[in-house]
Amino acid sequence: MYPYIANTPKDEKEMLKRIGVESIDELFADIPKDLRLNRELDLKTAMTEAEVTRHMNELGKKNCTNEYVSFVGGGVYDRHIPSVVDHVISRSEFYTAYTPYQPEISQGTLQVIFEYQSLITNLTGLDVSNASLYDGASALAEAAFLAVDKTRNKEIIVPDNIHPNTMRVVETYLRFKNIDLVVIPTSEKGTFKKTALEEKISKNTAGVIVQNPNFYGLVEDEIEEIVKLTHENKALLIMSVDPITLGVLKSPGEYGADIAVGDGQSLGNGLNYGGPYLGFMAATNKLIRKMPGRIAGQTVDKDGKRGFVLTLQTREQHIRRGKATSNICTNQALNALAASVYLVALGKKGIQEVANQSAQKAHYLYQQILEKTDFKPVFDHPFFMEFAIQSDRSATDVKSELLKEGFLGGIELEQCNAKFKNGLLVAVTEKRTKEEMDQFVQVLEGLK
Amino acid sequence: MRKYDHVIFELSNPHRRAYEIPKNDIEEVSLDSFLPKNTLRKEAPELPQVSQVDLMRHYTNLSNKNYGVDTGFYPLGSCTMKYNPKINEDMARLPYFSKSHPMQDVDTVQGNLQLMDELDQMLSEITGMDKMTLQPIAGSHGEMTGLMLMKAYHQDNGEDHRTKIIVPDSSHGTNPASATMAGFDIVEIESRENGEVDLDALKEALGDDIAGLMLTNPNTLGLFETQITEISALVHEAGGLLYYDGANMNAIMGKTRPGDMGFDIIHLNLHKTFSTPHGGGGPGSGPVGVKERLIKYLPVPFVKKEETGYRLDYDYPKSIGKVSNYYGNFGIYLRAYTYILSMGRDGLKKASEVAVLNANYILSSLKSHYKIAVDRHCMHECVFAGLRKEIAEMPVVNIAKRLLDYGHHPPTVYFPLIVHEAIMIEPTETESKEMLDEFIEAMKAIAEEAKTDPETVKGAPYTMPVKKLDEVGAARNPIVRWSPKES
Amino acid sequence: MSERYYTKKHEWVLVDGKEATIGISDYAQDQLGDIVFIELPDVDDEFEKEEDFGVVESVKAASDLYMPISGKVIEVNEDLEDAPELVNEDALSNWMIKVEVTSPDEVEELLTEAEYKDFIEEE
Repeated sequence: MYPYIANTPKDEKEMLKRIGVESIDELFADIPKDLRLNRELDLKTAMTEAEVTRHMNELGKKNCTNEYVSFVGGGVYDRHIPSVVDHVISRSEFYTAYTPYQPEISQGTLQVIFEYQSLITNLTGLDVSNASLYDGASALAEAAFLAVDKTRNKEIIVPDNIHPNTMRVVETYLRFKNIDLVVIPTSEKGTFKKTALEEKISKNTAGVIVQNPNFYGLVEDEIEEIVKLTHENKALLIMSVDPITLGVLKSPGEYGADIAVGDGQSLGNGLNYGGPYLGFMAATNKLIRKMPGRIAGQTVDKDGKRGFVLTLQTREQHIRRGKATSNICTNQALNALAASVYLVALGKKGIQEVANQSAQKAHYLYQQILEKTDFKPVFDHPFFMEFAIQSDRSATDVKSELLKEGFLGGIELEQCNAKFKNGLLVAVTEKRTKEEMDQFVQVLEGLK
Repeated sequence: MRKYDHVIFELSNPHRRAYEIPKNDIEEVSLDSFLPKNTLRKEAPELPQVSQVDLMRHYTNLSNKNYGVDTGFYPLGSCTMKYNPKINEDMARLPYFSKSHPMQDVDTVQGNLQLMDELDQMLSEITGMDKMTLQPIAGSHGEMTGLMLMKAYHQDNGEDHRTKIIVPDSSHGTNPASATMAGFDIVEIESRENGEVDLDALKEALGDDIAGLMLTNPNTLGLFETQITEISALVHEAGGLLYYDGANMNAIMGKTRPGDMGFDIIHLNLHKTFSTPHGGGGPGSGPVGVKERLIKYLPVPFVKKEETGYRLDYDYPKSIGKVSNYYGNFGIYLRAYTYILSMGRDGLKKASEVAVLNANYILSSLKSHYKIAVDRHCMHECVFAGLRKEIAEMPVVNIAKRLLDYGHHPPTVYFPLIVHEAIMIEPTETESKEMLDEFIEAMKAIAEEAKTDPETVKGAPYTMPVKKLDEVGAARNPIVRWSPKES
Repeated sequence: MSERYYTKKHEWVLVDGKEATIGISDYAQDQLGDIVFIELPDVDDEFEKEEDFGVVESVKAASDLYMPISGKVIEVNEDLEDAPELVNEDALSNWMIKVEVTSPDEVEELLTEAEYKDFIEEE
């Protein structure tokens, strides 16, 4: 018996009778004989819940990840997730629902999207947000398409200090649509190099990308000038941001950016080995009709009562087919719900505190490392909550020593860019304690 | 039940909070001692401040305005709204998996990599393909990835002139939209009335400029494409590749395989066929499978099994690159893996058989009142073309809305586009005969109402949290964020 | 002013010397239902006959607008930006763009009002 299949043999018999066939096989008669699979699939037979649970635990134990204290970041952060988040997203009225195509029966999901959009616009300081996209990388690629669509130019300028994986995703997306991606070098300090932009930007530029904090954790300090230069050339400025840092860092809206994107993992979504997360996108009002993805809007019902619908749907694939602004159908609705609950759980004060505390703790660890160990900073520039250090020993070595003591040490910069020999990128969140950081420093001290 | 009509911002009180962040156990210094003042925000973002009770009640009340598979029958055609097993959710939350960071060393995530490798093999076996990538995050994302692979293949073979994709007019809207994303032009061909491919139209469209054909089989009318062998031969002879939209895979597991039909590239929707939840519109998962000659173009990294264990291999110079930041929606395809183990080869086949049985049962039971689009046995979903003329005339959207008052989620309406007044019903295998009977009776009762009391049907629904919503107003003057003045 | 001509894609055009005014037919607005947005080109944009120059949208449909005649845009009806419903109210007086005609002879290929009426009756 299969717990997820309800019909009994008696039911089947009655159903076949009404259909007017002798057997279920007759219903598959349209499949040409030579295409039928005349053998069993090469898979195991059904397992009981207890067997599956045992199997999955055994498989999981090969990871032994949950015992480690993590200093790994690179856009994905180990933050404390408030209990309420999982309780809300575990309500099956939310997670077993489909996309809200029938508004009367989906007011829950639709209002959640509307509230999510409101939270994201307030966070980014921009006018409009969509219902979310796949992840931060595809959101950045979609932002580039938006800039191309709006300006009718086909060139995007990006500095080489964005996340290397994101760079590969953007390269892939743009290459297939024949859009030029111009990668400009960063400054010695690891930041956006304005003079490199001045050299490349022209009237053919559709968009300029700035990541803040950038992949190395550094806070960009010339964004105003970059925005000005971009707008002088009638291009759009796309900011890729870490949403938590917006608790204290100047928002894309305040900088005058046209589009803000980022990965929303930090907002109440677990690590889950890379996904599911969400990509967020916000923009100025004048770009709303060119945005990709779902958008929920407020309206009234025929009694004048407030309600919510998906709106501006003519941008989307199910209506515009080949001419849609994107092929995206759904968003990452449940992850967007998690992000919303997280932002509400934190509130205006909480997000400021989480951002502030992450930065404080990162700077504490950084100072301790510089004072007590042989490690030196890779960059001489203000950072937020992630910083790069290096020593004479290879980062691989350093990480394996840390691992022995129960620490996931960080990201090896050399794998991202060969010029940062022995570089290790260390991330600190509000979840790390003084004790954990002191022990981390002790391990590095022992490497002398 | 309590009436509830607040937006979260309206509950805000600056003196409340729902959660205490961790204690700061280090000495606090001023932020502007290490960050330039001009990089700092003037005021914190306007986020609501509520108590934890308010937060939970708000979202619980909103969830009560929603409807999921756990609430009741959800026969949305093309969407495969089958039951989402609870053990899937529990397994995905095991900390071994859920607490692993995508950039930690492979030595510490051997379990994850083994799962990915095994799932690749399982899905390849089910579909008859040679290798799968798990990186695409949704079905549409899989389509885009698959079409990029097609383009890379042709370009690598010096056939840059193959710039067009053939798409039948009965296809899902994502097909042409995804082709555009991969930089293709689209040639739409008319389908025959039963949604099957018109071979003459296909022959005419095929040529040197064609990169491939996108097909859903069973097609969007829920019918098996009987000429698939001929289609495959025609496309391949013309130098094109055959792309399989796996949206309707739930009909054929263990019965036939796209790989054996001649398809070169496929995508699956794990949130349809493999029981992972739809989440109110994501997260999904859209793995892409290919035949041997296309493997080298798949996105990096590949999971490689070696003597010392699993590792991630990025060394594929012909790879299209990456389509998402890491390895796709790991937490979702972990659920699909759990499902495949739970069902086994026998259960998967049974699922397809009962899905087809249930759809045919509805088809047979409703033909007295609704006009069958194509009169033959269907696969996992059935399509009607509105009410039978002798019963009544009523737009199907009204029938769909009236169904809400009977406690069922409506089926898909007005799709596929090639059927006038289409009603597309996909019951899935997880529904019982009693549930199907209840639905059938409701559909018949609405048909009778359409005859005797059409005004009641047209005014539906009556029992929902909101009545008919002004979508025109919402589109003319979009209000897409909360602000105090709009409330 | 001269006679109003139509296309099979439901645009109308009125030609007055070098200048032509373009809109959509009453039949087209009726088929679309409540129009919620109209996207129009910029002044000085140039289009060939049958090229798409804009989009008219209802809640659930979007239709491209096709040039009945080649020309360069000299004026855009900006009232439609805020009040697209004007086209529902009166599709013939609420024009969309005015163009400077480059090939006046192209008018010959269009449908007369009577021919268009016959055409939509067949549809």
